[in-house]
Amino acid sequence: MAGLDDLYREIILDHYRTPRNRGELESPPAFESRGHNPLCGDEITLYLMLDGEGEDAVVSDIKIGGQGCSISQSSASMMTQAVMGKPVPEVRGLIRKFKTLLGIEGIEEREGDAEIPLGDLEALQGVVKFPVRIKCAVLSWNTLAQALDQAAAAPS
Amino acid sequence: MGFDLEAIRKEFPILSRQIDGSPLIYLDSGNTSQKPRAVIDAMSNFLETSYAPINRSSYRLAGEATEAFEASRRAVARLINANSADEIIFTKNATESLNLIVQSWGRANLSEGDVVVLTHMEHHANIVPWQMLVAALGIEIRWVPLTARGQLDLTDLDQLLAGAKVFSFTAMSNVLGTITPVAKLCQAAHDAGALAIVDACQYVPHNVTDVQAWDADFVAFSSHKMCGPSGIGMLWGRMELLDAMPPFLGGGNMIDTVTLNGFTTAPVPAKFEAGTPPITEAVGLHAAIEFLEQLGLADIRRHEMDLTRYALDTLQGRFGDDITIYGPDNVEVRGGVLSFAFRDLHPHDVSQVLDERNVCVRAGHHCAKPLMKALGVQSTTRASLYIYNGTDDVDALVDALDGATDIFGF
Repeated sequence: MAGLDDLYREIILDHYRTPRNRGELESPPAFESRGHNPLCGDEITLYLMLDGEGEDAVVSDIKIGGQGCSISQSSASMMTQAVMGKPVPEVRGLIRKFKTLLGIEGIEEREGDAEIPLGDLEALQGVVKFPVRIKCAVLSWNTLAQALDQAAAAPS
Repeated sequence: MGFDLEAIRKEFPILSRQIDGSPLIYLDSGNTSQKPRAVIDAMSNFLETSYAPINRSSYRLAGEATEAFEASRRAVARLINANSADEIIFTKNATESLNLIVQSWGRANLSEGDVVVLTHMEHHANIVPWQMLVAALGIEIRWVPLTARGQLDLTDLDQLLAGAKVFSFTAMSNVLGTITPVAKLCQAAHDAGALAIVDACQYVPHNVTDVQAWDADFVAFSSHKMCGPSGIGMLWGRMELLDAMPPFLGGGNMIDTVTLNGFTTAPVPAKFEAGTPPITEAVGLHAAIEFLEQLGLADIRRHEMDLTRYALDTLQGRFGDDITIYGPDNVEVRGGVLSFAFRDLHPHDVSQVLDERNVCVRAGHHCAKPLMKALGVQSTTRASLYIYNGTDDVDALVDALDGATDIFGF
């Protein structure tokens, strides 16, 4: 059986106790998107600041507000670190790669995804053994994808 | 049968299951209860010997099945002291029972601007159906607030009920355990000229229920929380109301006659039971009712009061300010439902750590998001007690909670 050590790795607990990039950004100019987990009622708000236009834009800042469990909060915290300063296409690739790591089906891998490093995010792989918690881990990532969609649809 | 905990536990096959070599500590009966051997056997015996359609075919086997189904209806009527078994309508669950009231009685009797009074401690099943009528008909909802200790704040009840058509409220909160003064609330509703609708889903499995003493108009409850199978729920209503209401779902069994031009309805209760009902489930429910009656609902309540007192004292004694248990401290007005916040831990993480020790609790908003907002939390951890739980289960919960601190190191 999968033990709690598989789930609550030290790096996860570290991000939970000391979450990075917590807070708000002024919106606009930042894109604001909300995500919630109907199962537990957790709600997060994500603020995404992009520098540049379209596919050339890079993440210049990202902040997370709201509450959640250790898995959703640490996943959000690690995500903000992983995408900071990254170009939008790479961020989308990272979202695909992370969801694939968590065993979510139907994610189409694209060219170049393989080279994107997951780094600390690998620690969340243990969540796969606790299927109920997968939704917690992907909450912030889905919310980030929504923010990117907003940005793509926004008039330039 | 007296209240012999070990003997009762032996009646529940699932409680002898071990996961990873240790026993199951089931503290989630407010969600759904486990099933005794009597219910499992009654259902399998019925399927092996007597299963047939009801109310349709004329052969003897079908007659036996129909009689078994109707015997369950009579048992339900006896359990809640209904005036007549015909006042019992079988539904899918208590949620459907409440939706039946709203869609049938509500649509026929409410119109724009009419007021329905609910409380802040309702389950979504007693909120959303009414909100659907806000959207469809333009009715207005007023809310009875809570006191700091999680009871209904009845200070302004008369003003809230003034001019209202309906007062629909829970008899026992699925989050706080709070038992509401049902008879008094029914009286207040009637004094204001409103119908009194009681969500008794959490109440009936744990207490002696007397719908006539309450003087309620409708009462909704379910089988699966009282040792019976899931898939069948109950609605009791006063016959004159049920008689005057239009049907809910249309189809077979609910008609008197059908022509190309229209239909006439069967008498109550068939009028509200379209299609093939949960037949085997009704048989299981009957066995569950007999099981509870043998234990005695008054004795069940006493056992749960004692155990709830023990749980409140033990949790607060061990954890002090590190635990916040919501709801009244007085077990006279609270059932065995314990929702709590533990240190700064998120309920998902608490339940995950408890699960490691096979302690089954619910973490989340408990289908009561407005109540979560009133409590100022997003979610809670909830342990809920029933007939097969004892002080050893509470002790296991306490020990497992201790373990949570070690992992998160707060």
